[in-house]
Amino acid sequence: MFSEWRFTAKDIAQKPDLFTSGHRACAGCAPATVLRLVMKAVRGPTIVTNATGCMEVVSTIYPYTSWAIPWIHTAFENAGANASGIEAAIKVLQKKGRIKDGQIDVIAFAGDGGTYDIGIQALSGAVERGHDFLYVLYDNEAYMNTGIQRSGGTPLGAATTTSPAGTVIPGKLQYKKPIADIMVAHEMPYVATASPHYWRDLITKARKGIEVNGPAFLHVFAPCPRGWRSDPSKSIELSRLAVETCIFPLWEAINGEYQLSAPSKVMALSPQKKKPVKEYLQVQGRFRHLFTPKFEKMLEEIQRLTDERWDRLLKRCGLTQPAKTA
Amino acid sequence: MKSVVKQEFLALNGDEAVAYAAKQADVDVVAAYPVTPQTIIVEKFSEYVANGEVETEFVCTESEHSAMTACITASATGARTFTATAAPGLALMHEMLFVASGCRAPVVMAVANRALSAPINIHGDHSDTMAERDSGWIQIYAENAQEAYDSIIQAFKIAENPKILLPVIVGLDGFTLSHTLENVQVLPGDVIKKFVGTRQFPFITGHEGKTVSFKLDPENPLTIGPLALQDYYFEFKRQQEDAMKNALKTIRQVHDEYAQISGRNYGDGLVDPYYLEDAEMAIICLGSTAGTVKTVVNNLRAEGVKAGMLRIRTFRPLPVEGILKALEKVKAVAVMDRCMSFGGCGGPVFHEIRHALYDALAHPYVVNYIYGLGGRDTSPSQIREIYKDLQRILQAQRVEDPIKYVGLRE
Repeated sequence: MFSEWRFTAKDIAQKPDLFTSGHRACAGCAPATVLRLVMKAVRGPTIVTNATGCMEVVSTIYPYTSWAIPWIHTAFENAGANASGIEAAIKVLQKKGRIKDGQIDVIAFAGDGGTYDIGIQALSGAVERGHDFLYVLYDNEAYMNTGIQRSGGTPLGAATTTSPAGTVIPGKLQYKKPIADIMVAHEMPYVATASPHYWRDLITKARKGIEVNGPAFLHVFAPCPRGWRSDPSKSIELSRLAVETCIFPLWEAINGEYQLSAPSKVMALSPQKKKPVKEYLQVQGRFRHLFTPKFEKMLEEIQRLTDERWDRLLKRCGLTQPAKTA
Repeated sequence: MKSVVKQEFLALNGDEAVAYAAKQADVDVVAAYPVTPQTIIVEKFSEYVANGEVETEFVCTESEHSAMTACITASATGARTFTATAAPGLALMHEMLFVASGCRAPVVMAVANRALSAPINIHGDHSDTMAERDSGWIQIYAENAQEAYDSIIQAFKIAENPKILLPVIVGLDGFTLSHTLENVQVLPGDVIKKFVGTRQFPFITGHEGKTVSFKLDPENPLTIGPLALQDYYFEFKRQQEDAMKNALKTIRQVHDEYAQISGRNYGDGLVDPYYLEDAEMAIICLGSTAGTVKTVVNNLRAEGVKAGMLRIRTFRPLPVEGILKALEKVKAVAVMDRCMSFGGCGGPVFHEIRHALYDALAHPYVVNYIYGLGGRDTSPSQIREIYKDLQRILQAQRVEDPIKYVGLRE
């Protein structure tokens, strides 16, 4: 299913950037790092499509572009359909001998708004039809491009401009939609989660997603200092903390079989290494209101939810601790 | 005009004729979603795919929005692309129609014209395509299944012309044309294949000043569909308008070239006049209604009445010159609109015709008849009534009521 592709930091550094510098992303923008890392995983001729969003906007302000490969953007809600059209065209044009034979890979990038919310239909349809492409969700947990509005990917308790922390409501009241599990339920061949702190894991998973025949879905955690009210120098640290607190565990589902990835396995094997969610939440302004007496109960709820989801994941990965006897 | 090649008669309804034309045009990608009264087109095409009669990737999408999206990106990748839809589907595509024309993706789309909800209604009128008249698509309206077939073939050659590179809608009236069986003359497959040819690409300046083909090609990377701000967006739009203006000539050329091999012509491809040389009064209409109007004109002519008709075949780009020329001697004009522009000054075709006539040397009387909404039938006697109204206007030398409704309970 996958090649034995191995790489060193040197290989990656020497590989030319396909998402090049000069784009207009903010300081500390993790999505830009994610794109650069994913593009280090390509194996050959590749066509990229982007949903409307920060990454499209910062990388293609006409007449400039950061893309050294063919790239297309059409709209916000349709990255899945974009990829479908490209893949279908490549297939038939090669069959008819109009373009050169050989593998041409297709990668679609979209943010959380373009994936969890407005783009889920096009994504679901494209996966159901079995198009051969890698879909990369860079999840910065709100509509950051339009000024920090809540999405289905915004976590419980986070303040955004459409789920503000008021005097009676403590930010977003709903849970983060388990998008990667929803994709696994499509019975697609490859689904994985990744975090830019664990760059080797991220690049390897992106490569697997490219190599697999049929659709692949890569959910990448991507801190946004502007939207999260966090220190721009801490984006990669936050990417680590999210994994260490098990708020964003790293795993793969190959043909529906879940398996925990190495960085998260640490917490599975040594539960004492699992950090309290507070450590992750307290360094972000979007959760500041939760550290006031009025709303502190929400912190417990976030911890409870995180533990519940973590336990469920361990079960799916066959790593449950034997049940305690009463 | 005589056909130079032997043609075959097939019993086809409008939808089948469209599917047959798309098959003969050797489309690479069809991305579509079923919707009445277009569904026969995608069903028929699916059969061609299932039976190996075409070399086409058929992407049966989960919505029309995705269908149009996939058409745009497939087209940008270099594929000849086709889709079909009708009112609700076209409305759902609305956003992407502007993206198609803005990305200069020469997608060809058949629209089996249908009323828009609410109330929901599956029958024919022009509300759907009229709502998209400013989306940057060329719009051709067919009078019958034969013309739907001919127009789809022509549409590929118009759309893909490197000087045009605009998407084309071919409209056929829902049910009246989409579901009605006709004897359709079809040209041999090899003749069509040769006529349409393989897709050509314009050369543009790409990365680092390199001249490249305008498509997504890993060997010559291009960024398509970028962000263009206050400093460039306007120029993109102006280029689309220039292409529309160029299309007036190309549509005529392609129509004439096709007439040479098929023996069939529809006026000059832009406007199709009927008994206008000496007509005092004329009806202007689009689509299948023209057939009914022609019958009435024939009867009136037999009675010595100087009646004529002008069918607008190409509504976008609007052939203003051709319209003015055709109406040069006409003294009273009735514009038929199968669509409403609520709160406006009559229907959309009326707006445009009356506006165009403002620059005419002799202004005829111009009145508007809204008709046939939601598939309501329009009879020859109702058309005759319109001509009678025009006669009364000419006698009285004044218009009492410029906007009227045909066959409507008031």
